[in-house]
Amino acid sequence: MRYIILRILLLLLFVLTPLGAYPMDIREYTLDNGLKVLMLENHKAPTATFQVWYRVGSRDENIGKTGLSHLLEHMMFKGTEKYGPKTFSQAIKRAGGRDNAFTSREYTGYFQLIASDRIGLPIELEADRMRNLVLTPRAVLSERDVVMEERRMRYEDDPRNLVFEEVMAAAFKSHPYRWPVIGWMSDLKGLDPRDLIEHYRTYYVPDNAVVIVVGDINPEEVLAYIRERFGEIPKGPGIRRLRQVDAGQSGERRVYVKKEARLPYMLSAYKAPDIRHEDAYALEVLGYILSGGKSSRLFRSLVYEQQLAVSAWASYDGLYADPFLFFFGATAAQGRKIEDVEKAIIAEIEKIGKEPPTERELRKAKNQIEASFIMQQDSIYMQARIIGSFEMAGGWRLLGKYLDGIRKVSPEDVSRVAVKYLTGDKRTTGILIPLEDGVKK
Amino acid sequence: MKRRYFKNAVLFFAAMFLLFSPPAHAGRIAEREILPNGIILLHSEKKALPMVTVVVAVKAGSIFEPSEKAGLANLTADLLNEGTKRRTAGEISEEIEFVGGTLTASGGYDFITIKLTVLKKDIELGFDLISDIILNPLFSPDEISRRKTMIRNAIIRQNEEPGLVASKAFLKAVYGDHPYGRMIEGTEETLDNITREDLVAFHEKYYAPNNSIMAVVGDINKDELMTLLNRYFKDWRPRGIKTEIPPVPEFNRKRRVIRINRNITQANIILGHPGIKRDSPDYYAVSVMNYILGGGGFASRLMDNIRDDKGLAYDIYSYFFANKYAGSFRVELQTKNRSANTAIDEVLKEMNRIRTEPVSRNELSDAKSYMTGSFPLRLDSNNKMAGFLIATEYYGLGLDYAENYRKFINAVSTQDILEAARKHLDTENYILVVVGDIKKTELRY
Repeated sequence: MRYIILRILLLLLFVLTPLGAYPMDIREYTLDNGLKVLMLENHKAPTATFQVWYRVGSRDENIGKTGLSHLLEHMMFKGTEKYGPKTFSQAIKRAGGRDNAFTSREYTGYFQLIASDRIGLPIELEADRMRNLVLTPRAVLSERDVVMEERRMRYEDDPRNLVFEEVMAAAFKSHPYRWPVIGWMSDLKGLDPRDLIEHYRTYYVPDNAVVIVVGDINPEEVLAYIRERFGEIPKGPGIRRLRQVDAGQSGERRVYVKKEARLPYMLSAYKAPDIRHEDAYALEVLGYILSGGKSSRLFRSLVYEQQLAVSAWASYDGLYADPFLFFFGATAAQGRKIEDVEKAIIAEIEKIGKEPPTERELRKAKNQIEASFIMQQDSIYMQARIIGSFEMAGGWRLLGKYLDGIRKVSPEDVSRVAVKYLTGDKRTTGILIPLEDGVKK
Repeated sequence: MKRRYFKNAVLFFAAMFLLFSPPAHAGRIAEREILPNGIILLHSEKKALPMVTVVVAVKAGSIFEPSEKAGLANLTADLLNEGTKRRTAGEISEEIEFVGGTLTASGGYDFITIKLTVLKKDIELGFDLISDIILNPLFSPDEISRRKTMIRNAIIRQNEEPGLVASKAFLKAVYGDHPYGRMIEGTEETLDNITREDLVAFHEKYYAPNNSIMAVVGDINKDELMTLLNRYFKDWRPRGIKTEIPPVPEFNRKRRVIRINRNITQANIILGHPGIKRDSPDYYAVSVMNYILGGGGFASRLMDNIRDDKGLAYDIYSYFFANKYAGSFRVELQTKNRSANTAIDEVLKEMNRIRTEPVSRNELSDAKSYMTGSFPLRLDSNNKMAGFLIATEYYGLGLDYAENYRKFINAVSTQDILEAARKHLDTENYILVVVGDIKKTELRY
């Protein structure tokens, strides 16, 4: 219904993790049919979130058939044989709950938020729709039209998101990270409902799913009910996955987007390792030093002192199963040149490569990471999202290792990873050239 | 076949629902106290996490500024954390960010909001900073010009977003020259009119403890809180405050269509008209009615018809903005340019249907169960609780509002909904804004 995650993942990085004073005491179980269950008690309010994450996203699609995972996410709300059409969200709402879903390059997730004594309802309904969805070609094509409207809103008419789409398509060559989660418009137009049904049959099986429950729950009771409802669903026949490796890059790539807009914008993406790599911690700290608030380097320099940009940010995005990207983005202030903004960002990168950050800057970044870990626990929804994102990228236990890794980062590490990864030859840059009524100003 | 399934589903959900125990009522959700200097303090101790959230609302929003200086209230709030008599802008952000906290100030129509989130161990620093920025902002000429430039850029960027462009035009049409009819940022021209003296005077006039509400939620007990308030807010002296709210102009009840051309693929549509104030006796009937019409997401008629059945839009909703001094109603959606007419037809059809036919018993009971049953979700984080406390105080709803709300909603009848729809929805005299490729829409309206 259903959002696509793009930027949300960048946001997730605010929340990393530690094992400090408030560790997450996550319990893990696996049912006989392979369904993994992760549970975390949080009794601060009488509410809970129930989530089912499937290990399928746009990376599991093929050229010509992109957008299937996201369209399937929409279809999951269309009804099953048992409960009939359009009943899912209405039943959740009738019980005072909220529900929605999200799709990324690597996973598709469904969630409900509900008074914790009503947790049985989402368990029943999620178990049912894991296998019993009614998918008629007519309903699929009607929902395809909705997704095309979503694509128009989010991409065709949103120039910044178009730049993001172009940068991804240029940064990756042989890896399916290159196409958008929502799918190419031409693929949506030519969609064959049979492919969608096949997608559902293949990937929506218990051994390809993870259930996450966070909130005011009694784990034994909830597990017993999950076992009752999900336990009978048979294991899938096994999924044949391709292990793609990106072809690498040996020189900068540049793309331009000319679209209706008022201010120029740029987005640079540098190839960076995923979260399991030992350099991930230093890259995370580097992101905070460059872009962790108004006292960070990019804001101070580009926005406050030079007044070149209206906004300037950096973010290491490593919560992926395969190597991903370190992003820089900025919107030029009126009358300023985007080329100058770009130069100023590169100057900051070179500066931190040459001279390690101060002890105080490093301490600040670590404090921010640690504090946000505690503060994000204010929302059970976010807690579950974080657990899920780590689980999908390589296992929820990475959460625990993470803060340890962050704590060990030295000023020299930060400079070292800046030099190693933020290099021009591994960069893909997209520039938005604003048009007004189709004309460049 | 289909019908049988439906019946089963109804039986199942009915049975399921009986098993639910009603959500526990917490009783009073916070302690309320008026401090000697006039601050209305709302305190809710939550020990689950070692963090504290403080929200201060000052009745110093855009409704108090003259129209030729539109943007004054927002700029005043915006400059609070850009330098005080003791700290530069850079020192403020450095101090709060060093401990991983946040401190923000933002404008609003009725009141402005200052918000602090810190770990418990840093609460002393947090109170020091939040009191410093509220009591002693410097409004240095350098920072004023910097923030003006930033806001000018933000105004330019608003023009990039078709939804915002439509919203701007709609508000202007509903409220005319009233502050509710413009963006809180003001315009590039009115920003030029604002001087340092204006900012200092506006701050002096409205930023008073007896004009403010403070909500404190988190791991802090009453003694700790009072100690901090004594230390950091004792010098905040009450003042006599005379506030004049400009009267909301009479709406010219005539259909108006506003077309704004953009080279884009979708028509961004807003259809609506004036609505109700927050203290309207019809507020709860209108809320339930709107849930069924277009407020209830996938449980609403607009979503069901225009998205689910016709595939015309991704996002469609209706909303009553019930502010303190006036309100508005709108339906908002985006659809490909050439579907604009059909979508508008359907919106009007649905508005007309709810005005002429009683809603079904199921629709009514579903709406009520969601609205009352989801209340715990509105209070399940410190952040949400603090916002809720500010709103209940500002609108005079009382700390037992969580319980009263249930009663008010449950009292709404089918007839009330029909009357509310007849009275508060207008399918003849509305404002229609379309931002899109106007030629391609071949708009019939």
